[in-house]
Amino acid sequence: MELVTFSLLNGVVYGLLLFMLSSGLTLIFSMMGVLNFAHASVFMLGAYFSYQIGRWIGFWPALVLAPLLCGLVGAAIERYGLRRVHPKGHVAEILFTFGLSYVIAELVIMAWGRNPIENRVPAVIDFPLFQLFGTSYPFYKGLMMAISVGMFTFLYLAFKRTRVGLVIQAALTHPQMVSALGHDVPRLFVLVFAIGSALAGLAGVIGGFALLTEPNMALSLGPIVFVVVVVGGLGSIPGAFIASMLIGIVQTFAVALDYSLLDFMHVVGVTVTRASPFHEVLAIKIAQAAPIIPYLLLVVMLIVRPRGILGTRET
Amino acid sequence: MRYNPLACIALATTICAGTAAADFKIAFIDPLSGGAASAGVSAQKHLAFFTDKINAAGGLNGEKITVLSYDNKVSPQESLIMLKKALDEGARIVMQGNGSSVAHAITDAVLKHNERNPGHEVLFFNYAAIDPALTNEKCHFWHFRFDADVDMKMTALTDTIAKDPKIKKVYLINQDYSFGKAVAAAARSMLAAKRPDIQIVGDELHPLQKVQDFSPYVAKIKASGADTVITGNWSNDMLLLFKAGKDAGLRMNWYTYYGGGLGSVPAIGKDGVGMLKHVTEYHNNVFPQMTADEVAFKKRFPDKGDELFYWRLRNTFLLLDAAAKKAKSNDPVKLARALEGMKLDTPVGPMEMRADNHQLLQPLFVSTLSDKTKYDIEGTGLGFVTDAKLDAQSTALPTTCKMQRPPA
Repeated sequence: MELVTFSLLNGVVYGLLLFMLSSGLTLIFSMMGVLNFAHASVFMLGAYFSYQIGRWIGFWPALVLAPLLCGLVGAAIERYGLRRVHPKGHVAEILFTFGLSYVIAELVIMAWGRNPIENRVPAVIDFPLFQLFGTSYPFYKGLMMAISVGMFTFLYLAFKRTRVGLVIQAALTHPQMVSALGHDVPRLFVLVFAIGSALAGLAGVIGGFALLTEPNMALSLGPIVFVVVVVGGLGSIPGAFIASMLIGIVQTFAVALDYSLLDFMHVVGVTVTRASPFHEVLAIKIAQAAPIIPYLLLVVMLIVRPRGILGTRET
Repeated sequence: MRYNPLACIALATTICAGTAAADFKIAFIDPLSGGAASAGVSAQKHLAFFTDKINAAGGLNGEKITVLSYDNKVSPQESLIMLKKALDEGARIVMQGNGSSVAHAITDAVLKHNERNPGHEVLFFNYAAIDPALTNEKCHFWHFRFDADVDMKMTALTDTIAKDPKIKKVYLINQDYSFGKAVAAAARSMLAAKRPDIQIVGDELHPLQKVQDFSPYVAKIKASGADTVITGNWSNDMLLLFKAGKDAGLRMNWYTYYGGGLGSVPAIGKDGVGMLKHVTEYHNNVFPQMTADEVAFKKRFPDKGDELFYWRLRNTFLLLDAAAKKAKSNDPVKLARALEGMKLDTPVGPMEMRADNHQLLQPLFVSTLSDKTKYDIEGTGLGFVTDAKLDAQSTALPTTCKMQRPPA
């Protein structure tokens, strides 16, 4: 019971963190059609900015300023980089953002060094939220959940229920028409990219001390974010939400399961000995395989339902 | 200012060519970028420090040591490419430590190279890859290990566990590759022999340097009712495990190989006082006063976290220097012969390079984290105090190695 409760809690927290990370990416993709490989790098910048600002003026200002800074960085990337590359098509965009992710990683190494920085949970939020079965639950994880859910609500409402959201959606499919109606389409794109980057920055503030702040964090989190976006359906924010929760919970529960195919075959009545072929593979416990489950899910999803859970177009 | 780039290149190549002829080259192949870079970069600083010391005293038989660094990203495949490069550059010693999987690849390649290229042999100095197989079934004449292997360290840890009657339930959590599996196997067999009453309530293998959040594993450890964790985790895997444990308020005995590694003590903080133990060849509170080398190292690398951590690299270069003097030659074959069975005194006690399997025997310390030490770790106010010191000879274990030596 204790294990189930905590696995569920941990799974939800991990899922919500994944959503924070992927919401900005899916936003940029759905609005602009740009697969932004530098997204996780902006997340990393958010973590480093908040660490630095937090040391100067405290955590709460950092929580606001770091995402704003990341938003500015995002706006600059769009205005001075992507806009020039955009007419040359998707390959050029992908190459540009891919290269950019390396540049950002090197800049971070130059500024803060190769080693993980001591980005501890700020003292103001470092206390237990509640006690359960004698295990304390840290407040920052609660804060993380609240921010993530808030992010989801904000995005959902902003793009489905506001005028700006409608204009942005229209601009993606019919840019000439929207432009002819008097809207400044390039400026809208800068705005979207800035918001997407700010969300990544906000995720970075929380993720920075929840995980490990090091120059490699973008590289290690990048792939899983793409899994979330593809499984959820490219461009669908509710889809990304469902996919992150699914991956978070499944992966966390898998860790708790010490069963292997061998045990299963044993129950069915098949005896496999050490000498049998594939014994090594069959003996792998689900817990050991937990981290590859999201990627397995990705492969299965691409075969069975290429547009993802809530995606609207084939990709 | 105007300058001619061609002239610069020409100048640079002449400088290189000018010094290359009389240099003793050591190829350092370890991660210098990516997730494990912190360990590689730290060792690189140690190499610079100790080779400069030898060079300042006249070098190896008059030859200056140059360290060539190659980034292998902890990948066995990359390492083999780098090894090829290093051999082309004329390296006479290859040094590597991070990742037993990498060490296996290098040791095989070195053996093959030396068999095929008599007269151009290269030695493999392994300073941290501690899979026991490397000095047992896979041992060969060209490989020397300067760190105690998994079984030697586990002997020290389980001896300490055996003395603590409060320990009843042990949880094993390790990285899913040759080293992690060796740790788990050693813990199982030694605990069964020394404390059959101890129950092993979990034996976890998780992917190497891939886990971002250890909370699910910590929940499992808690649910198992364990009072003690044994782990060989290193670098981020150690640090993140501590971090997740601290978040969940996990209070247990930690018996670790690398619990004192960079970033790990800050991650566990005060929760580790009296609970966190590790086994090493040195820690900075062994002596009441810092040794001269530690002071000089700190002066050269004043950044936080840059401490003389690899005492065994100090031992490595002491042995290399002594071997070169004894052999009166820098020829790798002669150096290897001189190293075999070599005994030297160090401030912490005598050490010996075993002739039968090329495993260095050096004193080992089991130590516990404390908040009352003179010298701390990474500015945390916490440092290690010695629980038990093992003499070099007492760490020796039987070996299955059948050493094949080249004909004299």
